[in-house]
Amino acid sequence: MEDRTLLNRQLAQMLKGGVIMDVTTPEQARIAEAAGACAVMALERIPADIRAAGGVSRMSDPKMIRGIQEAVSIPVMAKCRIGHIVEAQILEAIEIDYIDESEVLSPADDVYHIDKRQFKVPFVCGAKDLGEALRRINEGATMIRTKGEPGTGDVIQAVRHMRLIQSEIRRVVSMREDELYEAAKQLAVPYELVRFVHDNGKLPVVNFAAGGVATPADAALMMQLGAEGVFVGSGIFKSGDPVKRAQAIVKAVTNYQNPKILAELSEDLGEAMVGINEQEIALLMAERGK
Amino acid sequence: MTIAILALQGAFIEHEQVLHRLGHETLEIRNLADWQRYCSEVPEADRRLVIPGGESTAMTRIMRDENLLEPLREAILHGMPVLGTCAGLIMLDPQHLATMDIHVRRNAYGRQLGSFTANATVAGLPSANEKPFPMVFIRAPYIESVGDGVEVLASVDSHIVAARQGNQLAVAFHPELTDDTRLHELFLSL
Repeated sequence: MEDRTLLNRQLAQMLKGGVIMDVTTPEQARIAEAAGACAVMALERIPADIRAAGGVSRMSDPKMIRGIQEAVSIPVMAKCRIGHIVEAQILEAIEIDYIDESEVLSPADDVYHIDKRQFKVPFVCGAKDLGEALRRINEGATMIRTKGEPGTGDVIQAVRHMRLIQSEIRRVVSMREDELYEAAKQLAVPYELVRFVHDNGKLPVVNFAAGGVATPADAALMMQLGAEGVFVGSGIFKSGDPVKRAQAIVKAVTNYQNPKILAELSEDLGEAMVGINEQEIALLMAERGK
Repeated sequence: MTIAILALQGAFIEHEQVLHRLGHETLEIRNLADWQRYCSEVPEADRRLVIPGGESTAMTRIMRDENLLEPLREAILHGMPVLGTCAGLIMLDPQHLATMDIHVRRNAYGRQLGSFTANATVAGLPSANEKPFPMVFIRAPYIESVGDGVEVLASVDSHIVAARQGNQLAVAFHPELTDDTRLHELFLSL
């Protein structure tokens, strides 16, 4: 494997067991870092506000992203639109630590994703099933996250996507070797990637949960379902007490199998983000980019 | 032997896998109760700790809130062997656990675009000179200077990337991400 791809997969390994938080200002970035975030996602508007504002949503202003890079020492990620090669080039030019080719923004291309192998900086991409995850990995993504449904505070879709990916992995593991070729065909991915999943029982890259995590219990749920870490977008800075909630979610991910600690962490967190139920959503971001 | 692995955040599973391959057991330390359990199950002379790579700010935050800082510091100062890799190296410096007399520069090679691999000799390993050690540096720190009593084990481009002080072993790279187990074996022999 090319050195850069391996190094980029390995950076994701270092983020495991951690929480990546959406931030819109240097001040929020500092709060996230002090609370124990393992990375921040710099963006102008968090998904809940993107939903509320409507219209076309694009890459953030590089100056705003640079302000956040200067404010913290942890890795800084930023989003580009699906298929928007130039937004990705701009993010690479400002030495972003990870690009999220994200369905949260309006897609720039409804057929092609970015050929991520052409870049030195790493990419994380969303997926809602094993085929999507492996297609993004084949395009060069070095980290995967469930799509969930961003900006809703409703964890149901993140749960659905994580369960589906995990159950599809188990199905591939249980196959006879001569069945893997047909599985590759059905998943629309290269045989080698299916073979890796069959032999190792996991994706070849780190897999986080994202999209709808609002409470420490939500974060721990995603970890118990097989996530290796959690992205929290609107859940923190749309809540009543962001500092306390951020710290609680960080500790919930570390102690995700310890209900006693989770109970303590869930106390007195103030208002959670209001949230929108799955049935009330007009725009399904998870349906962008397949 | 059962080795304690600080499992607050980061690449701790990779260390567990190496130690399991070498025939040892591990116990994840996620909170103070885990550490107390480790201390009650393993006699003091047999205790060992690995502090993995990850984000030192995240680990520090959880360590402080979980009241893990003091007991770990005390155990290390009492001579418990410890292996710190990348963020784990930072955790041993005077700003964190304050058990090693080293001055560390965080993110010394810049952002992810500055991450790299190298091969270099690590003093004290078997066939150190004939077989350079494969080193993976990910948003890595290096050691700017060391105090008396700290032995420099390896340098890359004249920056210190591995050091030892008594039973403390600190490296800026990730031996848990390669197949070379000599550093873990050195740690187990302390």
